[in-house]
Amino acid sequence: MIKFEDVTKFYPGQQRAALRNINLEIDKGEFVFLVGQSGSGKSTFLRLILREYKPTKGNLYVAGKNLGTLNQWQVPQLRRQIGMVFQDFRLLPGKTVYENVAFALQVIGKPAQHIRRIVPETLELVGLSGKERRLAEELSGGEQQRVAVARAFVNRPKIIIADEPTGNLDPETSVGIMKLLDRINRTETTVIMATHDASIVDQMRRRVLELRDGELVRDQAKGIYGNA
Amino acid sequence: MRHTLRETWSGLRRNLAMTIAVIVTVAVSLTLFGAGLMTSSEVNLIKGRWYDKVEISVFLCTEYSSGGRCVQGEGTTDAQRATIEETLKANPEVQEVFYESKQEAFEEFQRVFANSPLLSTRTAEQMQDSFRIKLKNPENYQGVSAEAAGLPGVQQVQDMHQVLDSLFSALGAVQWATIAMSAFLLLAAALQISNTIRLSAFSRRREIGIMRLVGASNLYILLPFLLESLVAGIIGILIASAMLAVGYYVIIVQNAQASITALPWIGWGDVFGAILIMAIVGIALAVVPTLIATRKYVQV
Repeated sequence: MIKFEDVTKFYPGQQRAALRNINLEIDKGEFVFLVGQSGSGKSTFLRLILREYKPTKGNLYVAGKNLGTLNQWQVPQLRRQIGMVFQDFRLLPGKTVYENVAFALQVIGKPAQHIRRIVPETLELVGLSGKERRLAEELSGGEQQRVAVARAFVNRPKIIIADEPTGNLDPETSVGIMKLLDRINRTETTVIMATHDASIVDQMRRRVLELRDGELVRDQAKGIYGNA
Repeated sequence: MRHTLRETWSGLRRNLAMTIAVIVTVAVSLTLFGAGLMTSSEVNLIKGRWYDKVEISVFLCTEYSSGGRCVQGEGTTDAQRATIEETLKANPEVQEVFYESKQEAFEEFQRVFANSPLLSTRTAEQMQDSFRIKLKNPENYQGVSAEAAGLPGVQQVQDMHQVLDSLFSALGAVQWATIAMSAFLLLAAALQISNTIRLSAFSRRREIGIMRLVGASNLYILLPFLLESLVAGIIGILIASAMLAVGYYVIIVQNAQASITALPWIGWGDVFGAILIMAIVGIALAVVPTLIATRKYVQV
């Protein structure tokens, strides 16, 4: 599903590589934690997968496409296969829960009939049935993150990328979000989650990738958070 | 589609004051630009008609005339007249030489000033005999005109080029000043459109961020902004077209054409041509700044 071949990323005007000689493969349906201190290259890793940047060197394949040679106009097609969840939710204020999720389908031109069917279904999956008409900003943090997950998953992407999705949530609420991501992962959706939350990583016992100063220092199946 | 139209409408309404400012600037700058185009086709029209007809007139002496190569109290003698004609015909630049007698000149005068009080101020005796010269190439008039002025019996050489050249350079200056001013205004309009769209995009930056993230196409993201500036631009174009058409009708059809029959005037075809060019410029004026202003929101 995702393959890094000797990928190096330099930002313009910077001496040090943000990522250096990364080689790894993530299969369909895997659940992967990405750990490492701030500035270790986690964000760059995720942004390369989203094709916000191109690798400076090496090849990166996502969903069968070589991102180095992907045309500008093909990028939206790539992004439709990736769902993105952020630490700060990034919902649209003034829109209801339903509208926030439906927005992601409207703007890629899905037919209204499909939207009316799939949005309630997805909201039920994330446990928000009955809250469709509430405004996004009226919900608790955990509920807002559920809306964000619903929006990321509503188009049934092949990959979900979550950048510290529990960073703004208390431990109990975090567990709920992790259960949700786990359930999504069981539908053969690849999940990549960057996190600083040691207890979650230690509990889940999934594959762990650790970055330090832009280098991949650990790739461990059923790993723990360690001392990253 | 519904989303696009709704976003366009809300963008226009949110920035109503700015939208009106854009429409006014676009309308004024395009009107000026169109007026420049129309002036320029009028100047070309006059040039085309007149440069063909322009002749050099060599006026001969009468008993009353003085100056030039005239002898006080004597008219041009027949011998002189013959010499002048020969010399002019011998000049390689000259294509044809016509002779216009006093009587003919007086008839022409009567015709031109038929309804004028000036008619009674002249008699046939006061008119002058003259040679009218048609040149092979109207641009090379200096040599012929200088040679004619040096011949005995010639009172004055009147060369229409001198008159017309200063007229045309004045008209040309007006025309270029109009187009230059409109260029400044067009620049102002472009900057204003780009600012308005920048504001509009900034107020929608969250939505745009989400759209990019979930894979909305660039066209889908851009369309509300393009429509927003196109609506303002097209209203501006319509206002400018109306001003040009009304201006043409009132100034040229109703006034100039009726009172100045000696000049050829541009017709509705030229007006529509100017409006067409102006509309194309107007649409580019709306689209190009919008694309530039939204560039950073659609690059991935």
